[in-house]
Amino acid sequence: MLLITTKLSEGVFPLSSATDTTEAPRDERRESELARVIEALGANVVDSLLKPNDDMWIRVTAESWRATGETLKSLGYSYFCFLSAIDWMPSPFGKGEDDPTAPAVERDNTIKQGYTGGATRFQILARVTQPFSSLGINIKVDVDDNAPVIDSWSSVYAGANWHERETHEMFGIGFNGHPDLRNMYLPTDFEGYPLRKDFPLLARIVKPWPGIVDVEPLPGDDSEEGEAS
Amino acid sequence: MTMLGDRQQLAYIASQAADARVNVELETEGMTLNIGPQHPATHGTLRIIARLDGEQVLWAEPSAGYMHRGYEKLTEVRTYPQVTALVNRIDWLGSFANEVPFILGAEKLMGVEAPARAQHIRTILFELSRIANVSLFLGDLGVQLGAVTPVFFAFRDREYVLNLIEGATGGRFHPNFDRIGGLKDDLPAGFIEETHSVMKKLRNFCDEIENLLFGNEIFQSRTRGIGVIPKDVALQYGLSGANLRASGVDWDLRRDQDLPMAWNKADWKVITHPDGDSFARCWVRLQEVRESTKIVDQLLDTLPAGPVMAKVPKIIKVPEGEAFVSTENPLGEMGYYVVSQGDQGPFRVKIRSASFNNISIVPWLLKGVYVPDIITILASLYFILGDIDR
Repeated sequence: MLLITTKLSEGVFPLSSATDTTEAPRDERRESELARVIEALGANVVDSLLKPNDDMWIRVTAESWRATGETLKSLGYSYFCFLSAIDWMPSPFGKGEDDPTAPAVERDNTIKQGYTGGATRFQILARVTQPFSSLGINIKVDVDDNAPVIDSWSSVYAGANWHERETHEMFGIGFNGHPDLRNMYLPTDFEGYPLRKDFPLLARIVKPWPGIVDVEPLPGDDSEEGEAS
Repeated sequence: MTMLGDRQQLAYIASQAADARVNVELETEGMTLNIGPQHPATHGTLRIIARLDGEQVLWAEPSAGYMHRGYEKLTEVRTYPQVTALVNRIDWLGSFANEVPFILGAEKLMGVEAPARAQHIRTILFELSRIANVSLFLGDLGVQLGAVTPVFFAFRDREYVLNLIEGATGGRFHPNFDRIGGLKDDLPAGFIEETHSVMKKLRNFCDEIENLLFGNEIFQSRTRGIGVIPKDVALQYGLSGANLRASGVDWDLRRDQDLPMAWNKADWKVITHPDGDSFARCWVRLQEVRESTKIVDQLLDTLPAGPVMAKVPKIIKVPEGEAFVSTENPLGEMGYYVVSQGDQGPFRVKIRSASFNNISIVPWLLKGVYVPDIITILASLYFILGDIDR
């Protein structure tokens, strides 16, 4: 049981929140569970992270994506929670609050993956749960930026079918072996993938966000602003 | 897909197979039936495309997306406090319950915990939204089967609950009351007595519905043994809430998850039913309203004193990190996967809504059922359109 399972990738900065104190509480239930998962998945696990009394994360290799689903299901993770993707590229439009008359804003567009790191812009994120212990695990996998295709989970967890359709539509990620990747929400001839960060939120482009007009501070707000920053 | 050896399920399949054989012998020609998007018996704009053979469904496919509002994209240009106004509109019948998991996720990342009084009031309002939501379901259930009376009872008694929510939050449908670190305000004067009397009315309402509807022979014959979902299939599709518990899975996130809420301070039961049919799903929901009224009554009696807001900065910046928090909402498991990169707004929010998973089982479930049963099965699965499309 002395297997050290908690490790952070280099890309992740330690949290500065109050929960992340040096004497973090032990969570033996999750520790042994994560050790069991990592043992079953073997070399397929690239990285893992455990936050005591919170959650578990693993990142697996793209080749073993389907096998990971099958293994997790056999380990009792029979409840399929969700599957989606994350686009780690910072949005070139920021929060959509730029003044259109001002010169373009320089933005830091280095890609910074979250927990368990990663090497690509797109990552698939899925979560499965053991219904009787309520322990869930978040599984991430890198998706090749040039050919964003990954194996489908729809034959492992039947519920993944719709989630993969949604992910395909919103992120343009293909799923090998998916029976039917039709659009769910958008018209068939829609171009672009709305949840990618480089897809502009048109409502914010055609009309400036009214928030940028309200630059006048409210009376008596000065002291509180100082306190917050 | 594996089937459980449940006797009822097997008998059901056998009867379907016998019917299918008759149809093969007669060589009937198939026909496509469109139900919806606008149809009195659909809740909102869900369209079901069903391929029929006589009265039987060969395959059926729900076509969602008529109400897609792109909340996941919109959250990326909002600050954390602004997101609650959006997520209110996902499941609009139980709005307050949508805010809670998002706020809990942001609080988890910030390392903030709401004061005990705020946790109690949150739980009370959460359960009140469940009662308002599910009582409408119970009334609506009758309409789907041609019984019009229960819906009047439901609207009458839901109004009492909505008045309470309005009294406490200022909003009947979209309270937008939950804040990072606590609540916007304390409960108004007289709320406790008023709520106790309303809970009594709601328990009467449950008895009425049980006598009117659940004991009705027509209702029973239309729902018993119809739309059976075995346990392992329900889990694979990620069904949650009453739909899962009606398939015999004893799992309730309110009890089994360690969240800073007050459910563990009350004495209540998780209701399950072994059958997994339409009747079981409706029955579990009815009992859950009863349990919710008990939770509310007990929490009102043990309401701790103190502030309703923790000390949080005026401008909220959430530290870098990722968190998934889900709660047992009226429709099932509602969760938010929040990715923060240290800004005032989230970097990405994945909204895991209950109805999306609950309705994804429909193509599997409707295979082989008769046309009139489509409506009862959909009604018993209970979905809110905004919760499917988000």
